[in-house]
Amino acid sequence: MTTSLAEGSATLVNDFSIEVATVNGSGSQTANNVLMRTIFQMGVPVSGKNLFPSNIAGLPTWFQIRASAKGYVARKHDIDLMICMNPETAKEDVAKLKPGAICIFDEPLKLDSLRTDLIWYPVPFQKLVTASCPEPKLHKLIKNMIYVGVAAQLLGLDMAEAKSAITKQLKGKAKAAELNHVAAQAGYDWAAANMPEQHRLKIVRDDKTRGQIMLDGNSACALGAIFAGVTVVGWYPITPASTVVEYLIDYADELRKDPVTGRPTVAIVQMEDELASAGVILAAGWAGARSMTSTAGPGISLMSEFIGLGYFVEAPAVFVNVQRTGPSTGLPTRTQQGDIELCAKASHGDTHHVCLYPANMEECFRFTYDAFDLAERLQTPIFLMTDLDLGMQNWASKPFTFPGKPFDRGKVLGEKELAELKDWGRYKDLDGDAICARTLPGTPGGKGAYFTRGTGHNEYAYYSEKPDDWTKLVDRLRRKLETAKSLVPRPVVDGEDRRGILAFGSSDPAVFEARDLLRAAGKETSYLRLRAFPFTAEVDAWLEAREVVYVVEQNRDGQMTALLRDFYPQHAMRFRKVLHYDGTALNAQTLVDQISGYEK
Amino acid sequence: MTTAAPSAPATNRLGLTKQDYVGSKSTLCPGCGHDAITAQIIAAAWEMGLEGSKVTKLSGIGCSSKSPAYFLNQSWGFNSVHGRAAAIATGTALANKTLKNILVSGDGDSMSIGMGQLVHLIRRNVPVVYILEDNGVYGLTKGQFSATADVGSTLKHGDVNEIPPIDPCSLAIELGCGFVARSFSGNPKQLNAILKAAMAHTGCAIIDVISPCVTFNNHDSSTKSYKNAKDHDYPVHDLGFVQYNEVEEVEIRAGDAREVAFPDGSVVSFRAVKDDYDPTNKLAAMQAIHASKAKQEFLTGILYLDPQAPTIHHFCPTVDEPLATLPQARTQPGPEALERIMQGLM
Repeated sequence: MTTSLAEGSATLVNDFSIEVATVNGSGSQTANNVLMRTIFQMGVPVSGKNLFPSNIAGLPTWFQIRASAKGYVARKHDIDLMICMNPETAKEDVAKLKPGAICIFDEPLKLDSLRTDLIWYPVPFQKLVTASCPEPKLHKLIKNMIYVGVAAQLLGLDMAEAKSAITKQLKGKAKAAELNHVAAQAGYDWAAANMPEQHRLKIVRDDKTRGQIMLDGNSACALGAIFAGVTVVGWYPITPASTVVEYLIDYADELRKDPVTGRPTVAIVQMEDELASAGVILAAGWAGARSMTSTAGPGISLMSEFIGLGYFVEAPAVFVNVQRTGPSTGLPTRTQQGDIELCAKASHGDTHHVCLYPANMEECFRFTYDAFDLAERLQTPIFLMTDLDLGMQNWASKPFTFPGKPFDRGKVLGEKELAELKDWGRYKDLDGDAICARTLPGTPGGKGAYFTRGTGHNEYAYYSEKPDDWTKLVDRLRRKLETAKSLVPRPVVDGEDRRGILAFGSSDPAVFEARDLLRAAGKETSYLRLRAFPFTAEVDAWLEAREVVYVVEQNRDGQMTALLRDFYPQHAMRFRKVLHYDGTALNAQTLVDQISGYEK
Repeated sequence: MTTAAPSAPATNRLGLTKQDYVGSKSTLCPGCGHDAITAQIIAAAWEMGLEGSKVTKLSGIGCSSKSPAYFLNQSWGFNSVHGRAAAIATGTALANKTLKNILVSGDGDSMSIGMGQLVHLIRRNVPVVYILEDNGVYGLTKGQFSATADVGSTLKHGDVNEIPPIDPCSLAIELGCGFVARSFSGNPKQLNAILKAAMAHTGCAIIDVISPCVTFNNHDSSTKSYKNAKDHDYPVHDLGFVQYNEVEEVEIRAGDAREVAFPDGSVVSFRAVKDDYDPTNKLAAMQAIHASKAKQEFLTGILYLDPQAPTIHHFCPTVDEPLATLPQARTQPGPEALERIMQGLM
């Protein structure tokens, strides 16, 4: 053991990162979440990134945990503590560490011969497993909980918090929780008795996470939909979007049963493909339901014909896109902001769609909720753009506030209103906001029926090939985008500097940290966080006042930059692309390096 | 047959005339089989006394898919995307289970591009009267073969089809469809009875209607021509349909015909034409269809019937009221529910 290395270094308190290398399907996700949650419960800001393969069992997987007293929750570039449980990747895992890093490893791997500049902690996991668990078939799962105990001892974690985290993680499974308590304690006790103490990395109890919740973005979106009164869901399984609907099914089971009959007030149907999912939700929206689907890039590609229909016939529906790395199957378990242009303009012909870009858990919840109001107000498909990083990773958040206001069901005429109207036409813009009053199938009274068609139509929904009718229609649809600007969330702006950073979605934590790093290097920045397309007047004004604008996005081509150029050609010369697209979550150093590179 | 409809009144049970059920003027070719089908949809809807505001008319793309504009002007139409009317029907049915959905499709729309969706519509037993206007040819794109074109049939300009056809009826039976019928646009009486029975059915009713394309597929060497269909139309039974509200007024002589009742009390009666045909026997139905195919006949009638098959509303048992119009108080959990969830996530 080479503990001498650590002796000279200062202790990193509540500010370091851990990486755990395991094999997919070994149950390590539970152990890693327990480790992360234990730190969270000790009041220290923490984030977790599960880098998992597109595989059910057997391939390597990594989990990165970052504790940060300053609240930096973006991925950290360097690893301070590595836990090597996977023989297949161990050599590579060790090779990427910086000198002075700590490495816990499974003793038989004999990794300590590889480098002399690391602090090594060999642990006889198999012996500890055999001693703590009588059932051999559970050994693989239990083994992971032992490293939680070892790490807890090493870092000074409170075992009572670790045990409460285990109970929380395995809610409802008392026997499994008990087994895991025993395993974690065995790891802890062994480490206390056999491992030399280290002073380099420590977690000390704080109060920065008091009152916070921890969840992933897909849960937050599911909750947003539940509280928005979603009534029809059509979906097709796809990573990383499946759990949006799977959580929704669970929440609906608890929260959306009619108190009198016990029957659900939401229909959730797994369709045969994404085309059918899009068709179902657009028809349901047309018929008056609050409808949604959840998908990823390949699904959006398949849905695109229907999306154009929805835009053209003006039917509401909410499309949650949990973006992953493309094109093609790409890296289905890795993150990207790769569908920015696709969703803003999905389908053939001239189309533009309202897109919302949440950047945190509260916005995942709230924007999903708002998407239903927007869809019905604007009578059009609305895209909620998250990504795998937001959707499938766990994040700390303030608890969500109840949106205490009436749903906006938009302009819908009932029997009474129809009786009073002399000359109703489905596509007549009576209010000048480009939104026309619609009716729902089933409205009694003998008025209000109309023929919805994907072909050219006039204000009365009759088939028309007249050039004037066509241009009037598509110009009004474009004007509807103007109306949308008054309804979508405004950008969030910070700072006055003429050196601007523009980012959106899951890039936010890395930008927050990068601005501090840049400031430390004498570079002040201002920041605009986009939250919606179409861009609102605030975006224009902010761009106008900048000398240079670093547009941060997680894709290869600078898709948001392209949209900004399209809408603000006058500002085009100010844009500098700052891009990250290797499938991993964005980290602050990447931004600092690229921005500094531009300013050499 | 003793269950003949009472002499047609000028108004139906809602006090409406047949004129109240018409649509816009057809823009299909004069003599198109589809227009004859439209006429029977109008007649059946009127005779059944369907409430226009409670009906949707759904379609994909193609000549057949245009026809919902030509009937029931008082109903909501949705002419959607090629081959995808099935998803439109599913979404509509989920949003509002009180609607009667009539879907018109064609052999191209259903048996090629829309095959996947049709199969799953049947599997989920979505309540819809699914009328497949079958002419073996793509009309709107000017005469290409469809997947129901028979082997050996020719196009107007001579191309011969060598690929075996898909039969919508045996496919639907295989998939467990609870109402499978075939008819011919040139047999209005039979089509009318089938449509009325389909409107009484609570699940997915698939009706394959041979409907000659007078422009592209009505020549002598076409198996889907008017002449060929008329010569080879083989009705398996004479059909009678008595709606639930008329059951007690019309005497049905026991033993005279087979009868199958729908959940609402309506009754369809089958009188054998030649051999006895049991429309509730799935295997016998499959056998009869295959036998008739070998003889190059179109077996017509209600080929298979199971009115009790569970529908999508059994699989997805939402409240009785339309989901579309449930008030916020019934679809939004309260602040205490959110608070409870937040506590659980801390």
